[in-house]
Amino acid sequence: MKSRVDGVTTGVRATARIVARDDGRGGTSLPVLAGEGPLALRRTRATGDEARVMLVGAMSGPLGGDHLTVEADVGGGALLHVGSAAATLALPGQAKGEARYDVRLEVAAGGELRWLPEQLISARGSELYVSSRIDLARGARLVYREEQVLGRAGEEPGRLTSRLTVRLAGRPLLDQETACGPGAPGGWDGPAVLAGHRALGQLLVVRPEFTEFPAGARMLGERAALTPLAGPAVLVTAVAPDALRLRRVLDEALAAVL
Amino acid sequence: MSRAALLVLADGRFPAGGHAHSGGAEAAVRAGRITGAASLEDFCRGRLHTTGLVSASLAAAAALGADPVTLDAAADARTPSSALRAVARRLGRQLMRAARATWPSGELDSLAREFPKGAHQPVVLGLVARAAGLGAQDAAYCAAYESVSGPATAVVRLLSLDPFDASAVLARLAPELDLVADRAGEAARRVPSDGIEALPAVSAPLLEITAEDHATWPVRLFAS
Amino acid sequence: MHLDHTHDGPTAVSADAHRPDGRRRALRIGLGGPVGSGKTATVAGLCRALRDELSLAVVTNDIYTREDAEFLLREAVLPPERITAVETGACPHTAIRDDISANLEAVEDLEDEIGPLDLILVESGGDNLTATFSKGLVDAQIFVIDVAGGDDIPRKGGPGVTTADLLVVNKTDLAPYVGSDLARMAADARAQRAELPVVFQSLRTRAGVGEVAGWVRAQLAAWTA
Repeated sequence: MKSRVDGVTTGVRATARIVARDDGRGGTSLPVLAGEGPLALRRTRATGDEARVMLVGAMSGPLGGDHLTVEADVGGGALLHVGSAAATLALPGQAKGEARYDVRLEVAAGGELRWLPEQLISARGSELYVSSRIDLARGARLVYREEQVLGRAGEEPGRLTSRLTVRLAGRPLLDQETACGPGAPGGWDGPAVLAGHRALGQLLVVRPEFTEFPAGARMLGERAALTPLAGPAVLVTAVAPDALRLRRVLDEALAAVL
Repeated sequence: MSRAALLVLADGRFPAGGHAHSGGAEAAVRAGRITGAASLEDFCRGRLHTTGLVSASLAAAAALGADPVTLDAAADARTPSSALRAVARRLGRQLMRAARATWPSGELDSLAREFPKGAHQPVVLGLVARAAGLGAQDAAYCAAYESVSGPATAVVRLLSLDPFDASAVLARLAPELDLVADRAGEAARRVPSDGIEALPAVSAPLLEITAEDHATWPVRLFAS
Repeated sequence: MHLDHTHDGPTAVSADAHRPDGRRRALRIGLGGPVGSGKTATVAGLCRALRDELSLAVVTNDIYTREDAEFLLREAVLPPERITAVETGACPHTAIRDDISANLEAVEDLEDEIGPLDLILVESGGDNLTATFSKGLVDAQIFVIDVAGGDDIPRKGGPGVTTADLLVVNKTDLAPYVGSDLARMAADARAQRAELPVVFQSLRTRAGVGEVAGWVRAQLAAWTA
């Protein structure tokens, strides 16, 4: 929570934690569902055997100096779906330094996580470092979406760095970082990287069946491609002029893959 | 060791297959994103700080003696495009061939046995630098320079760009090449203590996306 | 005419006459020459003449398409797995002379994937009169020119015309229509090439086709001797 140390405003530190387990009756229980500060969690109506959790931003955040963490742990036989009530908006804060947002996800063999939050919007003047780490056991299933929007409508973006590291059975499956906005290394908006596109996203689907039936690479329109990773997974990488068009491409990809 | 070995290795005429690849420039030219020297420079700068940095770090780590199999898996994870992974392995194999004839080495022989169809090119490059008696920084420089010299040469052919303009682009990028090689060397030196994730993973979404498209073109001048 | 084929250990990676398992590799013959002189048609003719007696494969080096490979596939001169295309980054001569690494991968992969081969034909992308094959890539080379390209080409010489192990003057059936003097071409070629052989070929009338195939057979006999 917000604290003052020696008269200097420091940011908020908060952790939200979800644990999902097979309830033994064909459904998923949530023995831990603990929000904190700006990170509130709500269990919403489940469909079928899945538990559904909504991440509700009780405050607009993260602000400069904040350090927020979301953790989810999905056991074997459990199926957890996590969404968010609204887009996350990174804003400049009073505290010094960049804000940090950590996502730590773990899925056991036979468990499945569908991580489908709303966009992350990097507002002008904000500085945010997002670190997402996903550890999957062999036999785990995952649908993971992340979307970054550079600036609100017509606004310059803030500085946004986001690293996604996915490990499968302890080996690296996907490791990707994007760094955009003022102060990012040169060329981030040039013809090799974003070329003026203001929304970028990834959709990752990990599924044991891909070992036996690997997916082929294909284009999804002109600005998105689906490609098999070196492992039982496919990744859709997309750029778009805005959040709406990005979501349209990723939704189509999701429908095609599921 | 002789520092001049770096000139042999970094020479665009070193016969390791690079001449048939544009580093994504052919797709960017077709899309109208590279139209002249200014946009070529922007393209190269973006490539340098993304795939260039990643390649330079992998090469530096390999030159320092990190396990090449681990590095190859790290390169796979940092290359989501299956078309680009195939290209990286093909070029790795071609470099391996040229290097084994140029700087015979037991380490290169065993890497060739481990990856008969090729390891990722930057990993091979790092081991080649070792075989040539060069250091991690040299390997990083070589990888970083290749990440921009390939597209620059290709665009001279694709757009009939004035070759002096292309050379000037590379010269203007030199200070940033220094930075990238330094960052790569620092990251590589952290691998023994911090693990493979100490290596940068910066990606260029458009390079990944357009590589998949380019791989399906029936008519093209470059293999990638 | 042949290279000095010696086996110099694990680092011999291009001209080595042996495969890693110790068996003798396939004979590699390069076909070069200007655009439109009939290289691909000559390759197709050789495949038809030799495919029943030899195990053979083809590597094409197209300038910007897979068209040559596709022509051979369409003509069904060989099963598809025996034809590979190499991409040359707009520089066909680089891929056969200065940086042969992609072509060497292609010939090795063919031998790995379809088993022992007697002969691999490596066709260059149509380039110019100076393009020749590296000795690290091929054991012998054929240079193909045609009468319609000008009957002064043999007189002008150049590395392809002068040093190729076989010079094929193609499309002789067109000579009367384009005003080319075959006798003069033959005399000029002799002057440039001394003892090196020249074949005048017409794929339409079949003249010379057997001679080219016969020359290839002789190379192979010397290779396996």
